[in-house]
Amino acid sequence: MSRFIDLTLNGISNGMIYAAVALSLVLIWRGTRIINFAQGGMLMITTFIASSVIGSTGSYWVGFVVALLSGLVLGAAVERILVRGLEGRPPLNAVIATLGLLIFLQAVAGMIWGGTPRSFPPAFSIRGYEVSGRHVLFGPFDTFTVLAVLGMAGALALLFRGTGLGLQMRAAAFDPLSARLQGVRVTRMYTVGWALAALSGSLAGLLVAPAVFVGPNTFDSILVFAFTAAVLGGLDSPVGAVIGGLVLGLSLSYVSGYAGSSLVTLAALAILVAVLMVRPEGLFAVTRTRRI
Amino acid sequence: MTLLRNLAVTLALALGLLIVSLALTPFNNLRLASIAYYFVALAGLTMLTGLNGQISLGHGALMAVGAYTVAILVGRDGWALVPALVAATVVTALVGSLLGVVAARLRGPYLAGATLAFAVGLPGLADRYPHAFGGENGLIIPPPTPPSGLGSAFPLERWEAWIACVAALIAFLALSNLQHSRVGRVMRAVRDDEVAAQLSGLDVARIQIVAFVVSAACAGLAGGTLAVVTQLAAPGAFTLALSLSLLTGIVLGGLGSLTGALWGAIVLVMLPVWSDDIANHFSLSNDVQSNLPLALYGIVLMGVIVAAPEGIQGALRRLGRRLGLRPSMSHKEEGA
Repeated sequence: MSRFIDLTLNGISNGMIYAAVALSLVLIWRGTRIINFAQGGMLMITTFIASSVIGSTGSYWVGFVVALLSGLVLGAAVERILVRGLEGRPPLNAVIATLGLLIFLQAVAGMIWGGTPRSFPPAFSIRGYEVSGRHVLFGPFDTFTVLAVLGMAGALALLFRGTGLGLQMRAAAFDPLSARLQGVRVTRMYTVGWALAALSGSLAGLLVAPAVFVGPNTFDSILVFAFTAAVLGGLDSPVGAVIGGLVLGLSLSYVSGYAGSSLVTLAALAILVAVLMVRPEGLFAVTRTRRI
Repeated sequence: MTLLRNLAVTLALALGLLIVSLALTPFNNLRLASIAYYFVALAGLTMLTGLNGQISLGHGALMAVGAYTVAILVGRDGWALVPALVAATVVTALVGSLLGVVAARLRGPYLAGATLAFAVGLPGLADRYPHAFGGENGLIIPPPTPPSGLGSAFPLERWEAWIACVAALIAFLALSNLQHSRVGRVMRAVRDDEVAAQLSGLDVARIQIVAFVVSAACAGLAGGTLAVVTQLAAPGAFTLALSLSLLTGIVLGGLGSLTGALWGAIVLVMLPVWSDDIANHFSLSNDVQSNLPLALYGIVLMGVIVAAPEGIQGALRRLGRRLGLRPSMSHKEEGA
């Protein structure tokens, strides 16, 4: 029983990290209809920046804030420089372009910081809370992880639902032409969307780095699982991304704990296929009938 | 008529490849072999993605199925090469049909997600069943022996290049006929407008599954050939990076055309070589030097997609039209 509780708690905190990255994929998909395969590379860069800043200033929180801000800047820059040129092209081209960006970012990180993964400090202790004389697999840092991701998701929801900027962004995503006619600066909304998505991704990078270390390739699997989570939830649904992340985090934690870690990726595949067979556009898709 | 023409082209290509392989050094013959098996995989994938409009991020894993089939049949059970390659093609086609059934229900990013999970998940089997699949180290295959009639000094690399080139020619002949057959037309119809295809009485799901089977068969043959040439089937050769570079190859070369697949195969094999050469040209620190090829690769990918979205074949065709070398083609994606 205590093992089950441990695996559940561990699954929740992993799931929250998947959720944060999934959220960034969903934001970009909703805005620009692109799957951003470079997201893993972008959050890798911002986490490296955080690592350097923490190393030179000695303050975790300065590094934390700098990473989030550089996420914003990097997201906006990628949209301006690369994504803008892909507008109106076949969707496959955007896939290749973001793959190219991923490869490029990994190479740049290797040039600047080298290929050997380095450790990254957690914001709070990773030692589990003591419950009736036993340390559970959930500590202050996991609490921080869950609260930070939920807080960011909440803030994004508020932004989209409650502010003029959010309304404009939704309009730009829903119907770019009409939005433009109504005076919405559609391209600027895309830039803001990419910036916010990259912010969400860089938060996830900071939260997962203590566990996976920081290296050019250490975040690859996070992107795969986050994409799986986003597809599970339905790519159009931010709520789906968070729940998809949780579902995947919990399932993979149970599989890893009870059946062995070598089955984790296969389990992710099995879960994804099972869900998609029943709901081809994810759990939280707005059902649009596609009669074929 | 198409069959005859394709046969003639195949024979001409065979002759050309024969001469090239006789002229090349052993090392370059290995590169020729790589280009050949990459071509098989890319040709299959470009049928699926270019002709039928389905994306797959999982073809690297399908190549692994072919490679392990050959490794088990040749390395452990002592089969001859040709039946083993045929078996690899059939087994992978069967796996592809399962994948196709799933894929027929999914569209766009959802299909990308499912095939991505397939690409990442399948190599996990090698770790899970180390007795059958050799774990991380994989399975070793004895090198193919050139027939004694070719003389004892015949280089192994040239023999491997011949094996791979024969596989490539077979794939080329089969696919160039398929492209212009009823099946090819129907696949294009489904790609262009599913609803219209459905209204015309076509069974859309079945055609999509057929497309998956065809392209999986090619991936299996490619993977089997790769295993023969490298004499190894190991999970490290079939990472997600392989699946992604296959997709990159067909788009860079020019989607939906077999010539484009050839360009893609050449780019995939030669680009790392060229960028290595460039990197070696400058005296740079170790970290920069070792990552420069990768950086150049990324820049080329982004640059080509933005500057020449139809890939190399599309750019050549546009150039040809501008120079007035060829009459403008009405079916621009149909060139073989």
